[in-house]
Amino acid sequence: MQIELRDPKKIMKLKRLGSFHQSKLSFLRSFLREFNSWDYKRELFELDNDGYGVAVYSFKKEQRKYSLVCFANKLDDNERSDRVIATKWDASFTLFDGIPTKKDIERLSLNVPRQEIGRMTYKELTLSRANKSMRAFNYVVECLSNGNQPSTKKLSEVGYLYRTTAVYGSGKFGLADRFRIKNRPEIHGPFRLEMMLVYFVRQFTIDQVNFISKNKNPRKAIELDKNIARSLGIGNSTGLGMAPFIVNHPILLNNWILARETALKKIREIKDVKQEDFNYFFECLKNSINNINTWNTDSDYQKEKIKILKIDLVKFIKYLEQEFDKKKEYLFNIIFNWVDSNLTEESIEYVVSLFLEPYDEIVDQLTPTMSADEEKFFNIPVERKIEDLRVIIERNYTEILNIDFNEDKNIQNFWFISKNKEEPRVANRFEEIGSELEQPLAIARDVKSLYIRIKNLKNSMTVSRFLADNNDLRHAVRRVFMVEKFPYSEIQDNIIGSELMPIDMLRLKLSFFGACKFDPRSDKWLRICMFQGAPLPDELKQFNDNWIYNSLN
Amino acid sequence: MRSFSEIETISKRASRGAGFSWGVSEEIGKSVRLLEMFGLPGILHLKNYLEKINNHNYQKITIISSDNISNNIPYCPISVGVNFLDQAYNLEKIENINFSNLAYPLLVVPFLSRSSEIIGKKILLNLENFKFLFNFNQSIISNFDNSLISKTTNFLISFNQNEDSFDEKTWDSLYKISQKTFVDETESSKKTSAGAGLTDND
Repeated sequence: MQIELRDPKKIMKLKRLGSFHQSKLSFLRSFLREFNSWDYKRELFELDNDGYGVAVYSFKKEQRKYSLVCFANKLDDNERSDRVIATKWDASFTLFDGIPTKKDIERLSLNVPRQEIGRMTYKELTLSRANKSMRAFNYVVECLSNGNQPSTKKLSEVGYLYRTTAVYGSGKFGLADRFRIKNRPEIHGPFRLEMMLVYFVRQFTIDQVNFISKNKNPRKAIELDKNIARSLGIGNSTGLGMAPFIVNHPILLNNWILARETALKKIREIKDVKQEDFNYFFECLKNSINNINTWNTDSDYQKEKIKILKIDLVKFIKYLEQEFDKKKEYLFNIIFNWVDSNLTEESIEYVVSLFLEPYDEIVDQLTPTMSADEEKFFNIPVERKIEDLRVIIERNYTEILNIDFNEDKNIQNFWFISKNKEEPRVANRFEEIGSELEQPLAIARDVKSLYIRIKNLKNSMTVSRFLADNNDLRHAVRRVFMVEKFPYSEIQDNIIGSELMPIDMLRLKLSFFGACKFDPRSDKWLRICMFQGAPLPDELKQFNDNWIYNSLN
Repeated sequence: MRSFSEIETISKRASRGAGFSWGVSEEIGKSVRLLEMFGLPGILHLKNYLEKINNHNYQKITIISSDNISNNIPYCPISVGVNFLDQAYNLEKIENINFSNLAYPLLVVPFLSRSSEIIGKKILLNLENFKFLFNFNQSIISNFDNSLISKTTNFLISFNQNEDSFDEKTWDSLYKISQKTFVDETESSKKTSAGAGLTDND
């Protein structure tokens, strides 16, 4: 049986994309699968009694070595801020290419803690910073230094000791350009270096909390129990920076979604589903519900989503246990059709993620396709005709063409870069200044403008001739030709309209990273947790990929 | 040292800040990155051009021909570069393309390099006393001394007709040496090699 890929016009709606969950294709999971044979070592750990100082962790395989260099600094409570405008953090980190010398560490100590205003070099690959979750960190120190293990129930309210507030890569602030390292086979997969940094930051936070506890009360202190340590992840506060990223990397976005959709299609096409594969899926489903119970948020928006998800999953389990005939062919296709007709978008996408769990062979083939070389498709095929442009727009932007951009509500927002931190922001066009400096993210509006502009032109006119007089729409022309080749490259929504929920865009990206515990703090930023339940670095060689459903159980 | 990613981003934003459209600014970002990768002073030329753009008039070009003459106002190098890139398929039919009066000509150079890759032909440029050879955007060979040129009246582009740099005699001599890697065929190998023993007329 041949199953069609799901329609981009349906899947690429923001509400749907904002319902995506982590899956076996998510980067932190595929990172651990790919790196579980690497050797980990704590090379340096020079902290004072309060836990301030420098630490270095290395990760090696054959001749290749990467090192996480950590700087922990004193930070007054009134200086601690997760906002991007912060200038000081509890700890800062860089992933170094190789093993740093003493001289390298000296240089890095002057720059890494300064983050955006420091200067990195091509020897540094990624850069990050993090703040303590004071309630979790102090609580664990208090327990351990008094010889007690912390309560897992209490820790599960937070889920981590530190949360990062940014992870930079790809040439930012002088870091290595992507082209320098893109041919390294071990980091061909998406965001490998960012995942590596975050994974070792988690280990640093565990080592630091043990170290401080020991120094606080050397005679009584005990080490954090490994099971509890494993149940701690690393948090992350994420603002709008991620939103423009997915608009500005259309081919990468396409490749992520296409991989997921291809996996779903292949699984639905399996005629004889093995009993053990179905059972494994069902086991993951049931385990995952325990996880959902640990998702805490004050956001009414997210609470409602979690509530609906829980109700839907109870309904779904009842269907599988009572109504569903496991002896039929194309089991997962039958399940998908039921889910698609009976559950909400949030729950459909949750179940789609779970479908992937039994199928290593499908997922492992798709993981390498989830990177992209955007440069390859930068040049506009100017020899093409206006007719081509028109046909592609009509075929791929059907709903976009129905939006009336003369109405204020459809152009209410504009995206811009803030002057003080050079970070993306979104604001009301009619209330805030600066809309003339709008970033080119209003793809829907600009493609519609392009469509109107070419409406009365001759079909035979070349794009080259059109551009000679219409270079103001050059960026839109480029996009249209990309979407022709990459059907999942475009968000099929108006991201400057009054109904925009920016966190839907953040959640899309974070789900591919493998984040859990989405906790929106407003419609523009949220907190998440990564690597919660993942094996610790010294356990990687006895690695089990279903760790994600065992965290905090 | 600035990364190429920073060079591209800042060039793009600066170009937008100076009034170019986003689509054109993206082209400028890529182009300045390319100049700097090839060791040519793209940042310096772009900075100087963008600083002048508000107080000086520069001529935009729409359709490029063999002789592009703008007596009083110099041509905008970005307009020339972007349009050359877009029209390269038609322009390659013209033997020589001349610009009589062009501002900051180095900024056109990366567009010529990219055009060379797109049309699959080497492109030659004479700029004042300097020569540039664009090799399918893989390299730029030049005697350029990295000086700042704010304006030129001597900017001549020609297309290399994909000719060999060597004569047939030289090729044959080299081919003969390469034959030393071949093994003479024996009668028995002829009988047993692929296709042997079959009739092709069946």
